[in-house]
Amino acid sequence: MWADIRLIAGKDLRIEWRSRITLSQVLPFALLVLVLFGFALDANRPVLDAATSGLFWIAVLFVGLMAVQRSTAIETTDGARRALLLAGVEPAAVFLGKALAVALQLLFVETALVGGVIVFYDASIESFPLLAATCVVATVGIAAAGTLLGALVAGVRARETVLPILLLPVLAPVLIGATRAFDDALGTVAVDGWAWLGLLAGFGAINIVLGALAYGVLLEET
Amino acid sequence: MVDSEHTGSRTTRILGIAVILGLIALILLGFFGAPEDDEQRDAVRMIFVHVPSAIFTYVAFTVTAIGSVMWLFRRSIWWDTVAAAAAEIGVLFCGLTLFTGSVWGRPTWNTYWDWGDVRLVTTLILFLMMIGYLSVRSLGGGERATATRAAIIGVLAMVLIPIVNRSVEWWESNTLHQKSSLTDGNLEDLTLFTLVVGFVVWGLFFTWSLIHRFRISWLERELRVRDLDQALVERRAEGQEHEGPPV
Amino acid sequence: MSIIRLHAAVALIGRFPALAGIDLEVGAGEVVLVQGPNGAGKSTLLRLCAGLLRLESGTGEILGHNLGRDRPAIRRSVGLLGHDTALYDDLSVRENLDFWAAASRCDASAVASALDRLGVAVRLHDVSVGLLSAGQRRRVALAAVVVRRPQLWLLDEPHAGLDPSGRDLVDVLVADAARAGATVLLSSHEVDRTLDLASRRITVAGGTITGDIISGDIVPGDIVGGSSSDVG
Repeated sequence: MWADIRLIAGKDLRIEWRSRITLSQVLPFALLVLVLFGFALDANRPVLDAATSGLFWIAVLFVGLMAVQRSTAIETTDGARRALLLAGVEPAAVFLGKALAVALQLLFVETALVGGVIVFYDASIESFPLLAATCVVATVGIAAAGTLLGALVAGVRARETVLPILLLPVLAPVLIGATRAFDDALGTVAVDGWAWLGLLAGFGAINIVLGALAYGVLLEET
Repeated sequence: MVDSEHTGSRTTRILGIAVILGLIALILLGFFGAPEDDEQRDAVRMIFVHVPSAIFTYVAFTVTAIGSVMWLFRRSIWWDTVAAAAAEIGVLFCGLTLFTGSVWGRPTWNTYWDWGDVRLVTTLILFLMMIGYLSVRSLGGGERATATRAAIIGVLAMVLIPIVNRSVEWWESNTLHQKSSLTDGNLEDLTLFTLVVGFVVWGLFFTWSLIHRFRISWLERELRVRDLDQALVERRAEGQEHEGPPV
Repeated sequence: MSIIRLHAAVALIGRFPALAGIDLEVGAGEVVLVQGPNGAGKSTLLRLCAGLLRLESGTGEILGHNLGRDRPAIRRSVGLLGHDTALYDDLSVRENLDFWAAASRCDASAVASALDRLGVAVRLHDVSVGLLSAGQRRRVALAAVVVRRPQLWLLDEPHAGLDPSGRDLVDVLVADAARAGATVLLSSHEVDRTLDLASRRITVAGGTITGDIISGDIVPGDIVGGSSSDVG
């Protein structure tokens, strides 16, 4: 099982590395979003400070959507989904492997985004452990929910427009929780960030379990 | 089970009449019976629509959740049809809840939307999730594929709503918002009675709608089965044109 | 033992009955040619036998496994070459096959010999699949099937897109597989070529089997189906 997860994740990451899409398209897009927010808020310092966490995580959500779309598209071109069924890989392993690949790509972009908010929004990190932990835990949730829903709409027409409708409401608690935790980590608001981490962890756990269980049914029946 | 000309039956006719009568009673009681609230004056009458709508929104979505589970574990097409019908009605009631909540908010707290109302915000997210459920159902594909996709969304929504609620609650308590005082007061007898009437009417309306909507879906399904038989005949006929030499 | 046993099998694609009642029995070691006009249901039949589709009605048993309940077991022992190649464009030939071999729990060392058998030049092994020609991609896809060493080969128009030497290779593969005891179902419009190959020909039309001829009774003029009688 673990070998299969590594196999699938490795394949996805290798494809990503070859096409360099994350590096050359998604990353610039994410930074662009930050810059656009800066324009929109008129570089109004106090507003930008207060909104940093929120803007960061909105940018991450957009990037997450793109990453999941890509991850799903890899399998739908040329019948790979069918071949995965034929190969007899444990569906849960496919799910976890793909989610892992998405999570790693997201974390990579988030690292750059942290740099982005430090540079563009003059953010200062008060608690690095909290910041890092939030990124990891929230990302796991986003990747898991995204991979599950991506598989759900795979092979369906208008898949690109349906996925956001499904994924974004589901990710609302992540947006709320991660933003609050970041507020604490960046020292902008006095909240207990670690408490929010617990909620984010719960969200992540639920989505991992549900995804692992449902992926098989989805591969088989849709 | 039902005359395929229409989806009515004695049950639904009785229910339907009860709903109409109940609605009349509710309107009379609501506007003329129950007293004004000191602060909110007439706006408080919204409560007779808003609260029952909210309750039955959750009833509807619970039915959808149960139906989704029954599809995934028992492959019961009956339950899947019920789940879909309940989801449609639920979205309707949910929209009504949000709308009345918003309209109530305007004169009361001078705002159309109160981010501080945990229930309202959670209901909004639930609304969006169930719209997602309905759009998944309309994506096309075979009957089983659609049912499976929708059921997974149904289960996901059911499982995530407590988390959503908790996160909004925590968020709410950490931010300085004014709270909505829905169950604050002691409700006067007549107001309470009217509220109960509201529940009853909404419950009857929910049941009536569910039965009709279910029957429509069921008839559509029977039509599809009949279409399939027809399609099989046509398909085989294609083959007759291409028969090779006698074997 | 019957490798394939289908009775009144109906399979849907969405709502459309692609297979409208298939009765078929295929024994071990047979090489069966599946013919029929476009849209007849040949590809669907192959996918059904691969355990990828659900039976809407009827019964089916592939390699002794029930088609209704035990599809994963069926899939492990079959090899399907479909119209699509199931190859990742961004990965090299070698990486693709290594991946699929690992995913199918097959012997990784078989990859090199499979590529060799399919005449895929060594210099192409590290080239991205996306850069290959359609014919070369087809050969790689075939190599993926070879690596699996399946008991039941399901080839959907294996000759299509290949040059003459490629088509010869396919014939050799099929003959070798049959000799080793495997069963082969292949669909093809290449009537002449497959005459010598197949021991049996079935004609699929309108989702049912309309012709079933055992080799030896065949004269080239008897074969019906193929491109000349395509439905519009």
